[in-house]
Amino acid sequence: MSTRILASTTRRILRQLRHDRRTIALMLVVPVLLLTLLYFMFEQQEQTFNRVALTMLGIFPFIIMFLLTSIVMLRERTSGTLERLFTTPVGKLDLLFGYGIAFGLAAAAQATIASALAYWLLGLETAGGMGLVIVIAVANAVLGVALGLLCSAFARTEFQAVQFMPVVTVPQILLCGLFVPRGQMAGWLEGVSNAMPLSYSVEALLEVGASATPTARMWRDLAIVFAVVVLALALGATTLRRRTG
Amino acid sequence: MDIAIDVRDLVVERGKREVLHGISAQLPRGVITGLLGPSGSGKTTLMRAIVGVQVIRSGQVSVLGQPAGSPRLRHMIGYLTQSPSVYPDLTVRENTRYFASLYGLGAAEAEETIRNVGLADQAGQLVATLSGGQHSRASLACALVSQPEVLVLDEPTVGQDPVLRDELWKRFRQLADDGTTLLVSSHVMDEANRCDRLLLIRDGSIIADDTPAAVKTAAGSDDLDQAFLNLVLARTGADG
Repeated sequence: MSTRILASTTRRILRQLRHDRRTIALMLVVPVLLLTLLYFMFEQQEQTFNRVALTMLGIFPFIIMFLLTSIVMLRERTSGTLERLFTTPVGKLDLLFGYGIAFGLAAAAQATIASALAYWLLGLETAGGMGLVIVIAVANAVLGVALGLLCSAFARTEFQAVQFMPVVTVPQILLCGLFVPRGQMAGWLEGVSNAMPLSYSVEALLEVGASATPTARMWRDLAIVFAVVVLALALGATTLRRRTG
Repeated sequence: MDIAIDVRDLVVERGKREVLHGISAQLPRGVITGLLGPSGSGKTTLMRAIVGVQVIRSGQVSVLGQPAGSPRLRHMIGYLTQSPSVYPDLTVRENTRYFASLYGLGAAEAEETIRNVGLADQAGQLVATLSGGQHSRASLACALVSQPEVLVLDEPTVGQDPVLRDELWKRFRQLADDGTTLLVSSHVMDEANRCDRLLLIRDGSIIADDTPAAVKTAAGSDDLDQAFLNLVLARTGADG
């Protein structure tokens, strides 16, 4: 890995994003619109809005970055650019971290705008600070990037890649505690939920919602998410082969 | 003779099928070697083995004295894939600068290379909006920008107009005169006359490895298409 190559790869990915104005607009505006929708859905139920909006601030970046990364990485694989990069001094980690950092930055912008709207216009209230919410949202985005990189290895076409999104994200959203508190689930369901990284990042967000200072549980949850990211990136790296058949 | 690329008994399988059957060839340094053969003959597979991205069954490939694909070689080799492999959502300039940056080179080298492939007027244009010929020249620019010692170019002149094709070949000649080793594939026989040496490949075996003049003499025809045909017929006769 080389910092020079990592930096120029990150810049290259951000430039690609910058040329795609429509994607940027969708990335920034869609969470805002959906949060506004939630606001009107739960107009009379402040508590519910607080819980759901806070959870969604973590789920949006996860879904969106998973989708973006799995498609973009698949394009690198199918367009020949990946094969060509592997004949240059680029290392696997330069590529993996390049995507992680570039999309992490995009997610930070997304999370900041969505959080600012939720707190200042929609009246979201949490005991802890908005800064922590953004940190957890970015961690979720990076989780999405890491899982997206991994899943792109199992898709041959973009058509297949988009279908991994419901497979990977929907079970995690259903079981993360948003619909049914995790403690009230059947034992085996809670076990499944415990094995899913999104459960921990949502729990971390709810900790920020309930406690003015960062709790030990929140740090533990973030650490688990971080560990899953490292694991997924390591597995993703093994799917990037310099030599292919 | 100073050997730049040394291929020995190379066997490659793709899927269950053997596509290269024990190929051996030595490519001298500082010359243009043309790799000619029909579509599906194994040209791209051989090139992929030389740049180190092909899984091989057996045999050895070394480039500049090192095993193909070794990390040090990645600074010394430039590879143009057959279908253009550049980022369509970046401009010509952004693509070329990105590939230049991987070798620690900057904007000046990128601009010069863009001029050399005749894309100065399109430098700020998104690759996705270029014509087919421009698109492949953008891809070529990214292979040339690092001024590698060894250039492996898979059909670099396909779809280019005759004037540009002529300019590109003059550029390749210039590079070879400056000491670059070039391996250029083509299925257009008239380009073979531009090469110093020819490797004729068919069905995964090499059927000729010599200078264009010697190949023509051996095959008893001045026309390379006919020469190729004669060589194939001579081989099938010998096999049968």
